[in-house]
Amino acid sequence: MAHVWSLPVWVLLLLPFIGLLWVPFFNFQEPALFGFPFFYWYQLAWVPIASLLIWLVHRSQTPDETP
Amino acid sequence: MADQIEWVALSVFVFFFLLVTVMGFFAARWRSGPVTAHIDEWGLGGRQFGTWITWFLVGGDFYTAYTVIAVPALVYAVGAYGFFALPYTIIVYPFVFAVMPVLWKVAHANGHVTAADVVHGTYNSRGLELAVAITGMVATMPYIALQLIGMGVVIKAMGLTGELPIVASFIILALYTYSSGLRAPALIAFVKDIMIYIVVLVAVVVVPWQLGGYGAVFKAAGDAFAVKGGATGLTLQPAQMLPYATLALGSALAAFMYPHTLTGIFASKSADTIRKNAIFLPAYTLLLGLIALLGYMAYAAHIKVASPNDVVPMLFKVLFPSWFAGFAFSAIAIGALVPAAVMSIGAANLFTRNVWKSYVNPNISHAGEASVAKIASLVVKVGALAFILFLPTQYALDLQLLGGLWILQTFPALVFGLFTRWFRPEGLLLGWAVGIGWGSWTAWSNGLKPLATINLSGVGYTFYVGLGALILNIAVAVVATVILAWLLPSRQRVTAPT
Repeated sequence: MAHVWSLPVWVLLLLPFIGLLWVPFFNFQEPALFGFPFFYWYQLAWVPIASLLIWLVHRSQTPDETP
Repeated sequence: MADQIEWVALSVFVFFFLLVTVMGFFAARWRSGPVTAHIDEWGLGGRQFGTWITWFLVGGDFYTAYTVIAVPALVYAVGAYGFFALPYTIIVYPFVFAVMPVLWKVAHANGHVTAADVVHGTYNSRGLELAVAITGMVATMPYIALQLIGMGVVIKAMGLTGELPIVASFIILALYTYSSGLRAPALIAFVKDIMIYIVVLVAVVVVPWQLGGYGAVFKAAGDAFAVKGGATGLTLQPAQMLPYATLALGSALAAFMYPHTLTGIFASKSADTIRKNAIFLPAYTLLLGLIALLGYMAYAAHIKVASPNDVVPMLFKVLFPSWFAGFAFSAIAIGALVPAAVMSIGAANLFTRNVWKSYVNPNISHAGEASVAKIASLVVKVGALAFILFLPTQYALDLQLLGGLWILQTFPALVFGLFTRWFRPEGLLLGWAVGIGWGSWTAWSNGLKPLATINLSGVGYTFYVGLGALILNIAVAVVATVILAWLLPSRQRVTAPT
């Protein structure tokens, strides 16, 4: 619960919100990648990045239960 | 679309439908417990689902058949704006990771089956419990109806007309959900999701290869939007940015307030099962992003459709052999069965625990709860079916839109209590009522559009109504709590016995 949350690591969970909700960051066609305009590959790239960030936070967490 | 019956596609379809029907009835014995003896068994599959089963189950009921039809349809119609589903289904997972394990622990420790149980346990307020329960049930109904629409689209694509096929498949679904409970969709989700993965991976490789690569696909769509004009395009117009972001955020906060997604959470074996799923569930989001691109591929394939909803079935019919089209259609139709089953179970759990037990028969036994829930699940499904058969399709779409707005208003009651006991239930109830009232009225007066505009110092800001209603909801709850704490400072808030 709350007391095992160490703040700095949990901040990582906010990055997807910033990266994806601030639309002017990525509302362009160029540079394209594999034919995908920037708008599309940028947002698709956030899928594995979000997974990775959540995994990092999960790894840093003290296990709070027996499996 | 063609009126001819596609026999090959139809045979493949019937084969897979029979397969999952057998699985659905067999599921009662899978990882079996006494299915009829306890609502935990029927309604939550015995609270024993580990990482893999939860992944398939939540993936299967969050990314619904309707999504596979509607997201490409929206992308086809408007372009970039339809992609809000992508940021939505990414940012939902940090939220799930941070909040849902806490919710699971509270529910597990107290034997809660529904969101309204948790709210009652936290605030000991029958009024707030009923508000959350009714919101959940009302928001779920049109969502089930939408799954039927998705199924109807692919059945029509195979040349079957009339309502008999959809009625028949829904009755079968109702029967095995009745007998097997949550185990049926959990088992069928394996088949459905593997089929959907195959279909989409084949489609996103083969279709661009046939059409000249992704560059050509985007170019065809861009050219089409240039001709079409209006609020369409490969990127967002400035006026679409705030709606895009607020729709993504509001939808993400609402997604795990629905009874069907929460059922997946409560049915998990442990809090860590949910954390691991927050890491691995985004795989489905990647899939969804690729599915959305089918909307652009339709332009490159020069497909003309009467309704955007026919884009996906037409694409498969035109570009693939009949047997693979049949496989894809089966995947989509089975993809409708899983969420429809989980949704009806979630709604039935709410009715049993928070209406029947709270108001009709407080001394109901565990076995009694299970049988009430089983019958309620039948009623919910018949209701959704009647909805589709007797009311215009547009009503289901409109109500689904309002349902998202409504379910989002249960967020403060359910989530805040997990982290603080500061809020008073009366304040949360008032906030819920104001949020629902203002949101519905605003959406209604804008012709059932999910967007509202406010003017601040001469500049108009357009945003998702649901999110605006949530902010208003929270503000009202805070103010009401401050006033109540000032009027009745000594009141002890108690935790209900379970």
